[in-house]
Amino acid sequence: MKRSPSITSKLPPLLALAAVLAVWLIASEGGLVPEFMLPSPAQVGAALVSEFPTLLDNAAVTLQEAALGLGIGIAVALVLATLMHRVRALYRACYPLLVVTQTIPTVAIAPLLVLWMGFGMAPKVTLVALTTFFPIAVSLLEGYASTDKAAADLLRSMGASRWQIFRHLEFPTALSYFFSGLRVSVSYAVVGAVISEWLGGFEGLGVYMTRVRKAYAFDRMFAVILFIVAVSLLLMALVTLLRRLAMPWEAYEKIERND
Amino acid sequence: MSGEESASALRAEGVTKAYDGRVIIQDISIHLETGELVCLLGVSGAGKTTLFHTLSGLERPEAGRVLLQGEDITGRPGKISYMLQRDLLLPHKKIPDNVALPLVIRGEKPRAAREKALGYFAQFGLEGTQDKYPAQLSGGMRQRAALLRTFLGSQGVVLLDEPFSALDALTKREIHRWYMGMMDQLQLTTLFITHDIDEAILLSDRIYILSGQPGRISAGLTIQPPRPRDLEFSLCGEFLAYKKQILSLLERQG
Repeated sequence: MKRSPSITSKLPPLLALAAVLAVWLIASEGGLVPEFMLPSPAQVGAALVSEFPTLLDNAAVTLQEAALGLGIGIAVALVLATLMHRVRALYRACYPLLVVTQTIPTVAIAPLLVLWMGFGMAPKVTLVALTTFFPIAVSLLEGYASTDKAAADLLRSMGASRWQIFRHLEFPTALSYFFSGLRVSVSYAVVGAVISEWLGGFEGLGVYMTRVRKAYAFDRMFAVILFIVAVSLLLMALVTLLRRLAMPWEAYEKIERND
Repeated sequence: MSGEESASALRAEGVTKAYDGRVIIQDISIHLETGELVCLLGVSGAGKTTLFHTLSGLERPEAGRVLLQGEDITGRPGKISYMLQRDLLLPHKKIPDNVALPLVIRGEKPRAAREKALGYFAQFGLEGTQDKYPAQLSGGMRQRAALLRTFLGSQGVVLLDEPFSALDALTKREIHRWYMGMMDQLQLTTLFITHDIDEAILLSDRIYILSGQPGRISAGLTIQPPRPRDLEFSLCGEFLAYKKQILSLLERQG
């Protein structure tokens, strides 16, 4: 019944996208920028089609690194955030350090990791884990802290142990925060894997990018960028789907709030 | 005498509770006999909720003891069922799981606990909520679900902090009548907080008045005739006499 607002809300982004495409079209086809430097949308489309099998092969490697790194990132974030939540001293000790690690640019540590770990998968997975754990850890900490104190009192009055309060109240409360963090981390994971591949490797979207860049194949550069954007968007949609499955009650809360 | 005393369902002896050196309630001694419905009446800030937190074991008093059927439960939560001011249903659990929570906390298998909870759903007017989340229920229904959770968790004694205050007048009357029936059926002993003097006189066997700063029990009165009383009672002279007495007691200390 609320169809019409959702269409009007989708209109502005569609218009903006169309405007970007129009500028691109005018710049490339109109001869404002030399063709070899800025390929037209049609050329990029053609490259995307012809290179699609190669892109898929490389994406398989990159996604594997991203998934492994993200998995480790989630695990570390869960353990660390939960421990920090439980042990106040650990929170005070680790939180500033956690923030500092995030100010180190990814491109700066990636070469170091390659030097330490070689050209295999290890440095890539490590980099992804490093970049993804932070948003999840911070979200979880925020989520744990947002627990309703009165609800915790209620559980304590029932004789609940700390673990039971965590399991029945704190963790479910933090779940929505976890998924918000995961949504950010998923796109970090793909970008992190690609960046670490620039610095060395045998396969992957980052390796492919370096190769076509060296060949000045601008159409294929654009194609791989679009491809990475699409993959990231798809993964973010997957997180939203997971969230809906894991937290079915959220749908009703939103209805209540809107009314 | 002491043997008789220990038979009280719930007894507080000289309970004093302070926060950060400020005494909130002082030397509180009250008792509840099995099956009684007792009301705690007092102006805001007199420490009613602090007293409930202490009785439930959430807070350990600076002095005094809390006895449940003669057993010392001072500072030991999990013995008395306590319904806090808001319904506090957990948004991520369906109604049966919310209601069965105290049983699960106590170590019962979730499945068996849920079955036990569902057995009371009709009695509590919760039919049709088996597959619902709290956000899908009306305020009155959420309140009844919270009451059922409190009963399921109880081992005879129940503390209710303003259980009916969120309800409109009509729903309130209905819930009052229903609650009395329920209490007798489930053989519960209830101590409840209210701001509503009419509600206190209509429902209670006895009323304690908590007033002053720090809060003390300044009076205790027994309401006659015995329960259950119908609405007519709230129009008769005795009712008004009680009301006058309580108002003057509250004012004197207020």
